[in-house]
Amino acid sequence: MNEFLEHGLNQNRRKFLSKMSLGLGGLALGSLMAPGLFNASNEDELFANVLPHFAPKAKRIIYLFQNGAPSQLDLFDYKPLLQKMHGEELPASIRKGQRLTGMTANQAKFPLAGTKFNFSQHGSNGAWFSETLPHLAKMADDMCIVKTIYTEAINHDPALTFFQTGSQVGNRPSMGSWISYGLGSENKNLPAFCVLLSKGKGNGQGVYSKLWNNGFLDSIHQGVQFSSGEEPVKYLTDPEFIKRGDKREILDEIAALNQESYKEIGDPEIVTKIQQYELSYRMQMAVPEITSLQNEPESIVKMYGPECLVPGTYAANCLLARKLSENGVRFVQLYHQGWDTHGNLPKEIEGQCKDIDQSSAALIQDLKQRGLLDETLVIWGGEFGRTNYCQGALSKDNYGRDHHPKCFTIWMAGGGVKPGVHGETDEFGYNINSLPVHVHDFHATIMHLMGVKHEEFTYKHLGRRYRLTDVAGKVINDLIS
Amino acid sequence: MKRYTLLGVILIITGLVYGVVAYTYKTKKTTSIAVSYNRDIRPILSDKCFSCHGPDANKVKAGLRLDIPSRAFAELEKNKGHYAIVPGFPEKSDLITRIESNDPAIMMPLPESHLTKLSKEEIALFKKWIQEGAKYEKHWAFVAPVKAVLPEIDHTKWVRNEIDNFILEKMEEKGFDPNEEAPRDALIKRAYADIIGLPPSYEALNKWRNNTDENWYAKMLDQLLQQPAYGEKMAIQWLDLARYSDSYGFQDDEIRSQWPWRDWVINSFNKNMHYDEFITNQIAGDLLPNATKGNILATAFFRNHKYTEEGGIIEEEYRVSYNIDKTRTYGKAVLGVTIECAQCHDHKYDPFSNKDYYQLYAFFNESKEKGFEGDVLQSTKAKNPKLYISKEERSSFLNFVNTVDTGIIEVSVMGDWKAGDTAKPRPTYILSRGSYDAPTNILVKPTALESIMPYDSAKYGSNRLGLAKWTTNKKNPLTARVFVNFIWQDLFGRGLVKTSGDFGLQGELPSHPELLDWLAVDFMEHNWDIKYLVKKILSSNTYKQSNLISKKQLEQDPENFTYSRSPRLRFKAEIVRDYILSTSGLLNTTIGGPSVKPYQPKGVWESSTSGRGSLASYTQDHGSDIYRRGLYTFIKLTAPPPSMMIFDASNRDQCEATRSSTNTPLQALTMLNDPTILEAARVLGENTSLSKKSLDEKIEQAFETIVIRKPTKFEREKLIAYCEKQVAIFNSKPAIANAALKVGEFEHPKQKYNSSEAAALMKTILIMYNLEETITKS
Repeated sequence: MNEFLEHGLNQNRRKFLSKMSLGLGGLALGSLMAPGLFNASNEDELFANVLPHFAPKAKRIIYLFQNGAPSQLDLFDYKPLLQKMHGEELPASIRKGQRLTGMTANQAKFPLAGTKFNFSQHGSNGAWFSETLPHLAKMADDMCIVKTIYTEAINHDPALTFFQTGSQVGNRPSMGSWISYGLGSENKNLPAFCVLLSKGKGNGQGVYSKLWNNGFLDSIHQGVQFSSGEEPVKYLTDPEFIKRGDKREILDEIAALNQESYKEIGDPEIVTKIQQYELSYRMQMAVPEITSLQNEPESIVKMYGPECLVPGTYAANCLLARKLSENGVRFVQLYHQGWDTHGNLPKEIEGQCKDIDQSSAALIQDLKQRGLLDETLVIWGGEFGRTNYCQGALSKDNYGRDHHPKCFTIWMAGGGVKPGVHGETDEFGYNINSLPVHVHDFHATIMHLMGVKHEEFTYKHLGRRYRLTDVAGKVINDLIS
Repeated sequence: MKRYTLLGVILIITGLVYGVVAYTYKTKKTTSIAVSYNRDIRPILSDKCFSCHGPDANKVKAGLRLDIPSRAFAELEKNKGHYAIVPGFPEKSDLITRIESNDPAIMMPLPESHLTKLSKEEIALFKKWIQEGAKYEKHWAFVAPVKAVLPEIDHTKWVRNEIDNFILEKMEEKGFDPNEEAPRDALIKRAYADIIGLPPSYEALNKWRNNTDENWYAKMLDQLLQQPAYGEKMAIQWLDLARYSDSYGFQDDEIRSQWPWRDWVINSFNKNMHYDEFITNQIAGDLLPNATKGNILATAFFRNHKYTEEGGIIEEEYRVSYNIDKTRTYGKAVLGVTIECAQCHDHKYDPFSNKDYYQLYAFFNESKEKGFEGDVLQSTKAKNPKLYISKEERSSFLNFVNTVDTGIIEVSVMGDWKAGDTAKPRPTYILSRGSYDAPTNILVKPTALESIMPYDSAKYGSNRLGLAKWTTNKKNPLTARVFVNFIWQDLFGRGLVKTSGDFGLQGELPSHPELLDWLAVDFMEHNWDIKYLVKKILSSNTYKQSNLISKKQLEQDPENFTYSRSPRLRFKAEIVRDYILSTSGLLNTTIGGPSVKPYQPKGVWESSTSGRGSLASYTQDHGSDIYRRGLYTFIKLTAPPPSMMIFDASNRDQCEATRSSTNTPLQALTMLNDPTILEAARVLGENTSLSKKSLDEKIEQAFETIVIRKPTKFEREKLIAYCEKQVAIFNSKPAIANAALKVGEFEHPKQKYNSSEAAALMKTILIMYNLEETITKS
């Protein structure tokens, strides 16, 4: 008896048998993009199939990521004191030695900049909204506005990576990949994790595929990028000379020949291959049906705004997100670029708000009218906030703001969150006064809403158990209804 | 007092055992049932106990450490008169009481750890282990390998070389028989794929098929090992480990020129540079006496990490992060250990302290590089320190650096501050929590990981050259094992140690420890000769088995731990591309040079870019450049090539030791709709239609070219029937045939051909390209 081999074989056999007993049920619970039974490489796959840990409040997520970091001070976190002290120096007692980015570290002065926009209160909780967000303001009673989220990074790349993967560096799985791995897709013809990209006219910071990467999880959990061009998913479209019936015939030929070699060789991987070709055929029908924006009723176009018919816009992506989500896609991740307002903020932010205000509000409204808002968690926010002092030249109507990690605002709706306003920042909008929410806490809370205990949902990779919340994070019960 | 003495005696004995026995192998067919620390106990301790009672000095609870016997056997600090482990006496060992208990106040692991309670079997193992004296063993991988005596086996005729002895021993123990030798066609396809990553041409296939020399196989291996494509094939895995890419990787993601290093790697494999030299050059080529530019170029290995060009970053934060990356890459790629945990705290599982980490990090911290040299608008193709390569050098001693460019090429390489420089060598302090802005006042000196092998700085010196010498010292227990395991992984799809990037305490145990050690020692005895190693493995009967899977194998050993069959592995992403291009005749076999931009779906770069920099939009190349091998496809880190990613290529963000191998619908879509594959089918269809042979013969020849065997009767008839039907359709609808033949930029044959037949063959070939077997190792 060789001990090491025995160990390997036993593990191997045990895994195989329990997979067999889980059978197709197990498969259906896990990702349906998963090839299945025979080639899953990690015992944790089994464990993942027992998720959720408890009854979830949210079944699906739509994450509207505002890439570049929107200014909380010009949108949600109203600070009249800054308007009063416009141009005066940020008191050292408030800054408390917070580190600065290389962009303002050499500034001789840090003059406070009050927002140029008018604010008013909305909804039963009296939440503040800037005049740039008239549509969202009307949805105030559906929104859980978190004013006290904070992060550790002060530059875009690490901050974005942190929000999406729970780690500033490293090749860790994205939130969507974790969810895909743990909960799979509800639709067997669509991937569990879809990514939609759009750009505003404001100063942009790029996105990168690492943000929707599977990390050490199998690559089936990678976000599938839906693009705005003629081909929504890469390689989805058959060449023109291959018609649909023709394609069917080609697939049948391939399947018959593969089946024959399976008989000869006996490798179950060949059967999986046949199934994957079938699935690709079904995807070719399912995806265009969903991504087509042609047949939307007028009421929908009116709700999301006319831009929703222009592929690749944020509005069109919001509409598409609703359709994907409605069809069982577990995690739809949007990115909208253009929020990096180091200078010329008032003009740029107006443009950005124009892009997102109506369609974000429409998404909430649309989900609600379909009875889906309760089970769909919508998240809106950037990777950090912006400073209360001005970057570059300050005038009465113009200013810029640098990166600020110590407090900023995100909002969520649906999916079991409690509407209202959470947390308070100080009157300078620089530090948190009450109820802070760290990025890890945010992740823990989202996992909780999905019925997942974030501390137990781990994946062992190279000798260490990893999880989205790294070694920290607590569920913020105040945010849950 | 009596007890004290007894304990002392046990300590001494255990100390001896610990030091001397270390890692012993069982001789044939012993039925000893003694509990082994390495096999049975340590994995459980590591998984369930070490996070609080292991090597991390700052996290040790109640002063108890279970990873070293002296501490595990000592009187408990918090509970005088009690002992966690009393060797020989499980009933007196608190450890047993704790793991058996269900009382939240005393049970272990603690409920809040979220670690599950030990199973009954595990508890029984602990009792038995303590009963038998609680013998500790040093971690197997940290003890230098020795060649074990070859095991005796029953089926001696099957043995071709030593590898087979080890493999067969286990197979016989498990009651498995080896598969028959694979058919000759399969062996040809397999050896070509493994050595050069390309299929044999139709002519080469027939040449080897019809070779009557009884040593044909060995001759084929020798010929393949001499082909320049060998270096390209070997480079793929090394580029993953070295996280090679063509861009800087942060948001604006501008172009960089590290490709001359990639060509150095290919050239080194082709020259059969031995592994000790290969790795010495990459670790410290710049510090070798009379270093040439070739030596210096090799050190670009350490500079392949991402480099920020985001305005407003804090320089030191990034400079530190680059060094962390270098330390990680060295650890994982060269030593097969994950050391990054020790960046913030003592490693929880492996004997690497926080101090050990920064001592290793210190080797890289003396580099002259900066954390930031300007934003994307001031981007340069390399970052200091740089190596400049002139046209003259490229046409003489650096002639493997292949470009039509006539200017100077720059590459980011290593270069240390030296005494006499205006700036002084940079001291290294331990960083609190790994944070760049929290250096402690603890100064460390460059030293390699001493728990693996002592580092004598008087002998080695205190720079990277010393690290290289330590690494390639034949007494180093890891270097050879790790590399041999990578080669095994590349050939069999899984290393003998499955976690090829982690030989540490949390890594998996080797499935065939004696074989791994034998190969490692043999490799060093042959002076780290890589071609020798590859040929050795490919010559074994283990390698030459057929890949048929029996019901018994599938049920009892689905993952093929016994190696009683040859594994069926889908080709790596790059090889899938190479295979299709090569069989179609489109492959451009040029070696090296700047990376190229073949067909790519629209919008991949454009949709994610900030709009800044020269890589904001994808400008596809044309002509022969778009038919280069997969490893030359341009890798923009923030938007890597989709056809590669879909087939599980590494995203090159960090050092990666393994790739997954998935089977997904996106792969089906790619194989059917990627213009690269459609064009290959078209070109092969056109060229096949030119031949004077009958349609049946044409189809057969295409099949043999692509699948590398003769079709069965079923396959033959099915494909012929399909193709004939298509010919008839295209004859009645020539416009569709012409539309089909428009795919791709490659020009049509000059000779006149029948377009209905060419288009019909194209579709038939597309089917052949989509057979599971085509892109699977035979």
